[in-house]
Amino acid sequence: MTDIIGIILICIGIAFDFLGVLGLVRLPDVYNRLQAATKCVTFGSMGILLGVIVMQGFTSFGFKALIGIVFIILSAPTAAHAVARAAHRSKIPLAKISVVDKYEEDKELKDETLKEEVEV
Amino acid sequence: MKILKWTIGLIIFAAFFYFNFFIYDGELMLQLINVILFSSLLVLIRVIIGPTAADRIVSVDILGVLILGLTALLSIYYNESFFIDVGLIWALLSLIATLAFSKILEGRQLDD
Repeated sequence: MTDIIGIILICIGIAFDFLGVLGLVRLPDVYNRLQAATKCVTFGSMGILLGVIVMQGFTSFGFKALIGIVFIILSAPTAAHAVARAAHRSKIPLAKISVVDKYEEDKELKDETLKEEVEV
Repeated sequence: MKILKWTIGLIIFAAFFYFNFFIYDGELMLQLINVILFSSLLVLIRVIIGPTAADRIVSVDILGVLILGLTALLSIYYNESFFIDVGLIWALLSLIATLAFSKILEGRQLDD
């Protein structure tokens, strides 16, 4: 019974992995690729490790997989945030079909207020 | 041109899934491992043709997390638990490499 539940969890995880990588290849822009790939692949690998825990129980397999889940939850959003910030700061252009860029508007607004303070 | 691209991609994916799940007669776990290996091949394509540097950094980060799942499946298939250790170290090194490269891409130094 635990084998069947574990195989189902592993299959869900592999489906998320494959769709995330498909988004990484298909989408037109750095930010869109980041959006698709990071979340889907993180959830997919978490599903695979959860399936390992369910299949093997709390043996050495299970504890190592639990450490892996905690590490992925802590590390993957950090890396994605750092890459997105660096890409926007180094002026990589957005795709042509994108509509709005709130971060750029925020930076312009901040510069204007700083200039006013200096003039006063 | 766009229709040609869509058709080529669809043919490649359909051929891979047909050969993997209907012609190749391995165990189920080996078929699932093949899907992850095909995904990492797509990630390597993005590393090679990526137009900017940020694409390559994202791809290397994603490859580390994919390898962690691959090693978890390998540890179940061979019934040895030390494969997950290899995946953990791989993901840790890819996290550190991603943070360092993104800091350099932003224009700052490492001790900033």
